[in-house]
Amino acid sequence: MHIHRYERWWLGFGVGMLLVFLVLLAIAAFSSDINPPSGLGQIDPTKVAQTAPFDHPGLRKLPNGAYEAYYVAHVFAFEPARLTIPVGAKVTFYVTSSDVVHGFFIPYTDVNMMAIPGWVNQETHTFSTPGHYLLICNEYCGIGHQDMFAKIEVR
Amino acid sequence: MSEARPSPALLAENRLVLAHVYMSTVAICLGALFGVLQGIARSGAFTPPSWFDYYRMLTMHGVLMALIFTTFFITGIAEFVTYRAIPRERSLVVAWLGWWVMLVGTVMAATTILDGNATVLYTFYAPLKASPWFYVGATLLIAGTWFVAFDVFANVNAFRRANPGKPIPLVVYCAAATFVMWIVATLGVVAEMGLLIPWAFGWTSGINVMLTRMLFWYFGHPLVYFWIMGAYVIWYNIIPTLYGGNVFSDGLTRLTFIMLILLSTPVGIHHEFMEPGIASGWKMLFTVTTYGVAIPSFITAFAIFASFELFAIKQGRKGFLATVRALPWNDPTFSGAALGMLLFILGGFGGLVNASYSMDMLVHNTIWIVGHFHVTVGGPVALTFLGASYWLIPKLTGRALWKPELALFQTRLWFFGMLIMSFSMHVAGLLGVPRRTAAVDYAGAAATQAWQPYMLLAAVGGIFLFASIVTFAAVAIGTLRQNDKSASMAVAFATPASSTDTTPALLQSLYRWGLIALVLAVVVYAGPAGDLIRHPGYLAPGMRTW
Ligand code: HEM
Ligand SMILES: [Cu+2]
Ligand SMILES: [Cu+2]
Repeated sequence: MHIHRYERWWLGFGVGMLLVFLVLLAIAAFSSDINPPSGLGQIDPTKVAQTAPFDHPGLRKLPNGAYEAYYVAHVFAFEPARLTIPVGAKVTFYVTSSDVVHGFFIPYTDVNMMAIPGWVNQETHTFSTPGHYLLICNEYCGIGHQDMFAKIEVR
Repeated sequence: MSEARPSPALLAENRLVLAHVYMSTVAICLGALFGVLQGIARSGAFTPPSWFDYYRMLTMHGVLMALIFTTFFITGIAEFVTYRAIPRERSLVVAWLGWWVMLVGTVMAATTILDGNATVLYTFYAPLKASPWFYVGATLLIAGTWFVAFDVFANVNAFRRANPGKPIPLVVYCAAATFVMWIVATLGVVAEMGLLIPWAFGWTSGINVMLTRMLFWYFGHPLVYFWIMGAYVIWYNIIPTLYGGNVFSDGLTRLTFIMLILLSTPVGIHHEFMEPGIASGWKMLFTVTTYGVAIPSFITAFAIFASFELFAIKQGRKGFLATVRALPWNDPTFSGAALGMLLFILGGFGGLVNASYSMDMLVHNTIWIVGHFHVTVGGPVALTFLGASYWLIPKLTGRALWKPELALFQTRLWFFGMLIMSFSMHVAGLLGVPRRTAAVDYAGAAATQAWQPYMLLAAVGGIFLFASIVTFAAVAIGTLRQNDKSASMAVAFATPASSTDTTPALLQSLYRWGLIALVLAVVVYAGPAGDLIRHPGYLAPGMRTW
């Protein structure tokens, strides 16, 4: 089988670009810890309301100055429905669902993850810009899906 | 007309293929109606009635377009090219059985959606629990395609017996490879149905949610490649015949299809990058495999442009513009495929972003994704199939295409409609507009202000697309009712540019490559799926939230 010279160049270029992208992603992952949310913790969704810390959803400050925010997603709302975060706070969001699959998405940030019953997902974000943020469910969860949102104020 | 009268056997084969084309045509017309209503609803200009809510429409649209339109067209074209490239006396019983099983499955699934008992979207994510007949119907649709696959394979085997040592015709090779890949891929969704069906009937009490999602996407990504391979069958083998060109290389074409068999399946976890329960190392692995599946598309892009250019050079023309001018832009079939290829270039770039591990966080489940698959499946694939219908229906009926200029207009209208709709969806997605959402005003929240103009523009694109489909339906019906029976039913497929170019024997053994692909997929999935099976955690009883 004959492979034309131009075709070799083209494939070399294409595969080369893919390798460059992979290296960049790997550098981001290993040196800056930019990884997709991949929480591995499990929970019984029927007992979320009794399981700490999801029995008291909300924000808490850690001794090292960082924050943790615990959220429960269920049809068709998030708890807490409102949250205030200090400007500059580095917040790790923990989210689980007590019924079906939901999304957990804060537009204009990179907080975007799935809330799956039985699992706790997590993602960290630093809020450097004050303002009113919207937290929305971005996975279809039923007839009221478009009404499923919460508010976050950064100030 | 100098052509010999078509034989009864040929007419019988044509009737079978036409039955597939009827189904795909009805599916895309109905699907487009729901599509345009969704676009308008999302712009806020219209609220669907409670007896047919937005999500019921969206389920219909997704199922009609992603599962029914594409599948029936691909099964139809695969049978067509196989029968025409391997003329022999044959039975059509298995093929007709396949069509009937697909039809029964389609009707069953569509009924449950229409009466509101399966508003679970075309991905049917557990623990949303639909009527069991929805899952049974979808399984039958898949089972029907297996009959078609076996019919294609039986003809390949017959050709091999009759012509020992000879390579099977290229076009049949491409079609058969598409179905080898499809068998490997559909095993995943059939396994998922093995969990969902007993659960939906109430025979089992709970389901491993993450495992069903993983099995779905084991199938869901190669589903995309099933569509693309269907379009590639046409791009490689039929489009060059429209301008008197050739296939660039026989061997490279076969290599491309083998790479697609191997690489289409072990990639599905790129749809699950944002999910818990899958360690980030596995996600990195799937980023690598997903990049791999871009390579056969690079080869295809080269081969298609090389075929164009070789033809222009044969005509004594040189240079980019001269090549562009040499092509039959006024042929609606060519126009459909070529405009589709242009859209695919956009789709390819977007796809690299989506596949990129951490970069996916920016776009996951936003309407960017919807914009992306409308410039891949909705553009290249659908437009190629619509264009190919203008070529195919006359070949099947002998009736001349009704108003070719209208057909040409249809392909251009679709192209512009898709550009507008998809562009606005891409931008809106970057601004954070979610997909699969009936309305995006969130009680007038300030963050949504910037979204509205793009939602409006997307609706305008959708209206163009709907007008395009109405035009398509008019041309299709006009052709079927045409009295002018002067169209030639003869078919020839493109031949390689150089006959001395030999194809290695290694590329001939399709089934062996299918087996290797299955092993590869199992190996790559063993880790992440094994984690979920070892730690199932909670088993969901399922619920109805609509
Ligand atoms: C008249 C042409 C079309 C229009 C106006 C249209 C419009 C739309 C819109 C507005 C959505 C997004 C809804 C949402 O996320 O809330 C959508 C989703 C979708 N469309 Fe189309 N579309 C068209 C053609 C097609 C074609 C030809 C295909 C594939 C062959 C297709 C496949 C899909 C799929 C798979 C979805 C996703 C469904 C889901 O999220 O469950 N569409 N379409
Ligand atoms: Cu939701
Ligand atoms: Cu994919």
